[in-house]
Amino acid sequence: MSEVQTAAKQPTQLLGKKERRLLTDPFNDNNPITVQVLGICSALAVTVAVKNALVMSIAVMVVTGFANLIISLLRNTIPNRVRMIVQLVVIASLVSIVEMILHAFQYDVYKQMSVYIGLIITNCIIMGRLEAFAMANKPWQSLLDGIGNGVGYGAILVTVALFREVFGKGTIMGYKVLPSWYEPNGLMLIPAAAIFLIGIIIWVQRAMNKKLVDIS
Amino acid sequence: MDRNSNVYTIVYAAILTVVVAVVLAFVHSSLESKMAANEKLATQKDILRSVGLVDLPDAAAVYEKTIKGLVIDAKGNTVEGIDATSISMAAEFKKPEAEQLHPLFIYSGEDGTNKYILPIFGNGLWDKIWGYVAVESDMNTIAGIAMDHKGETPGLGAEIKDNPKQYNDPYIGTKLYNEQGEYVAVSMVKGGVKDKEHQVDAISGATITSDGVNEMMYRGVGYYLPYFKSQQTQTSSK
Repeated sequence: MSEVQTAAKQPTQLLGKKERRLLTDPFNDNNPITVQVLGICSALAVTVAVKNALVMSIAVMVVTGFANLIISLLRNTIPNRVRMIVQLVVIASLVSIVEMILHAFQYDVYKQMSVYIGLIITNCIIMGRLEAFAMANKPWQSLLDGIGNGVGYGAILVTVALFREVFGKGTIMGYKVLPSWYEPNGLMLIPAAAIFLIGIIIWVQRAMNKKLVDIS
Repeated sequence: MDRNSNVYTIVYAAILTVVVAVVLAFVHSSLESKMAANEKLATQKDILRSVGLVDLPDAAAVYEKTIKGLVIDAKGNTVEGIDATSISMAAEFKKPEAEQLHPLFIYSGEDGTNKYILPIFGNGLWDKIWGYVAVESDMNTIAGIAMDHKGETPGLGAEIKDNPKQYNDPYIGTKLYNEQGEYVAVSMVKGGVKDKEHQVDAISGATITSDGVNEMMYRGVGYYLPYFKSQQTQTSSK
């Protein structure tokens, strides 16, 4: 929380040290998936193929960024008792807009992802950032925080998807990368593989970053 | 102003709802025609895909030139005066079988061959699945299949569409009838194909989608058998 308070006192800088940390923190020290352990369900569901993971990450990034921005702009007017409902309404409308834009301009991707695009609404990362950050910080910082968290989420998603697609199908983005003698590992295609991979990523991350070990 | 008063809360919620509704309605209406065009083109591409025409630069024009639609009822009689493309498979699926209408598309290739394209419709794991089965003019051999879905899991059930090489192409050359002349259709099976004429490999990790495809295939193609029978008697009596 100390970071949150000092950020509010600082004069607004376009990309000062604090602002850069907002973007980079979610990448490692405060990653939404591996440190906050949020948004796991979608990380299990859409990481079978790299392309799906990429589109999902971009969609989530757009929604976290704009939801943070809008809630931060409204933060001084929102009635306290209905603040969660207001946040949800904003998230849901943004997700609907993203869904319609994909439907109109990226129909193939929309068809592939349909269920999970709608389910971005229930992604805890977004709600979590609104409550923890956007309600107490200025719009610009909130936008950066949202984008940072979207990128942090996407980085894990794409990493997991990379392993699952390579070992599960022998392809990356649909292109064959492993020789034909490689027998695809069916385990990688089922969601359980993602939880193993995320577990391994958390393990590696904690082994390298001692700061994280004390948190939990 | 008191941000915790009831009046403020209610007015705030009302204004927010109206603003959101207006924004969403605006986005939807400005993108509506594009979305509808995408849907229509996707259907046409699916139909063409079943006869092996993929990645066409101008699918809509090819469709106009080669595909003719007609409508049959549950007894296999042709119904006049209805546009085959206007029939919603989802709506027909809900009616009792005796009242259902079935669109049928006939593809006329440049070499003069005809193929029957039978739309089929059923349930996958999460939502509806559907497909187009192309049958050769012998009304027995499958010439190709194209499948699609509303919400199957990407990478698992969605492979019925995303991985046609593995899950659609094996259908080519399979037969609807067995050697005794009984209707058996073609099923996805686990653990290796034993009967090449009536079986293809199922999707690993997507048992319910595979079962749904089998059910949809058997029932869906079955609707067209009376029509095929009537066609065969017509040609043999000529």
